[in-house]
Amino acid sequence: MKVCITSQGSDLEAQVDPRFGRCQYFIIVDTDTNATDVLENSNKDGMGGVGVQSGQLMAEKQVKVVLTGNVGPNAFQTLQAGDIEVITGVSGKIKEVIEKYKKGEFKATQGPSVDSHFGTS
Amino acid sequence: MLISVASGKGGTGKTTVSTSLAFSLNGDVQFLDCDVEEPNAHIFIKPDIEKTEAVSIFVPEVDQSKCTFCGKCQQVCSYNAIAVLPPGDNSKGNTLVFPVLCHGCGACSYLCPQECIKEVERDVGILEEGKKGNIEFVHGRLNVGEAMAPPVIRAVKKRIDIKKTVIIDAPPGTSCPVITSIQGSDFCLLVTEPTPFGLNDLILAVEVLRKMKIPFGVVVNRSDLGNDETDKYCERESIPVLMKIPFKREIARAYSGGVSIVEAFPVYRKEFRGLFDMIKKLA
Repeated sequence: MKVCITSQGSDLEAQVDPRFGRCQYFIIVDTDTNATDVLENSNKDGMGGVGVQSGQLMAEKQVKVVLTGNVGPNAFQTLQAGDIEVITGVSGKIKEVIEKYKKGEFKATQGPSVDSHFGTS
Repeated sequence: MLISVASGKGGTGKTTVSTSLAFSLNGDVQFLDCDVEEPNAHIFIKPDIEKTEAVSIFVPEVDQSKCTFCGKCQQVCSYNAIAVLPPGDNSKGNTLVFPVLCHGCGACSYLCPQECIKEVERDVGILEEGKKGNIEFVHGRLNVGEAMAPPVIRAVKKRIDIKKTVIIDAPPGTSCPVITSIQGSDFCLLVTEPTPFGLNDLILAVEVLRKMKIPFGVVVNRSDLGNDETDKYCERESIPVLMKIPFKREIARAYSGGVSIVEAFPVYRKEFRGLFDMIKKLA
């Protein structure tokens, strides 16, 4: 099963990115095979609807769970429509997050954790 | 003739200049307040409003029962206003529309192979029209909570009667609402103040006008305050400074009471008529 963790860097030693839509990288891990796919986020400087765009990307990549710091209302709605589980409040090193997830230490989030435009500074 | 009044920096005196110009001209004048997010010209023009109508844009509504989740609508949308989530193992497919992101371009409904997208009207603001003496007045008001001003601005500009002298009061800044307001002008007056912030934003506005190839000139408001950097800049760039209005507490007092500068100080009527003559020569 594929899970995606938003990341500030392109490897497993990097820290989780607290943003979803405008994160630096999406790191997709297949929990069955441990295969890893690192995607640089080309949406992050987009003009608008970035949460929708990134949510759509997760569906296209057949991700089933998203682990991140925060998710805004449009992104949450898109992920929910794609039946993708959302886990917010995640931080730390990517490889540690993967281990924690495999041990079942995370709980799904029921709604967006921040308002729109959180990821723009 | 179409004259727009813009600035760059807000609060420099666009409405002072545009309304004074309107009041100083004889003949048929049309005043369009295109600052639909915070219209204020009506405070000075005080028109009798005769007509009100809603302004709406078209947003898509998807018939999920006919949708095949092909994703064409999502691919064509430049604004990410549609998300298509194809059916999965446990979920049926879903096509989501985000109306607030939608710019109403109509591409999605036009290109849907199943023809299952219809366009539904969504109210975004209102248009009000009226008269004051020889001035025909039009303004728009964007509904609170709406993010896009251009559809309402375009509705206001649809009322343009080019046989008259048309004055457009533009919003502050240099982004979409301003571009939409000043597009098609024969001449643009840039109102500025001789301060560092005023100059910074004037330079940005000049860049826009040059790109749009609209002839322009500068009016310096509160001209005896601040510094001379604005004068030096206009000279360096060969930008005509068409008028200077020195600071007068009485002008500010009149303005804050909704009284136009040309009513409080009738001598300014001649100055604004002179400004109009200069604009006619430069346009």
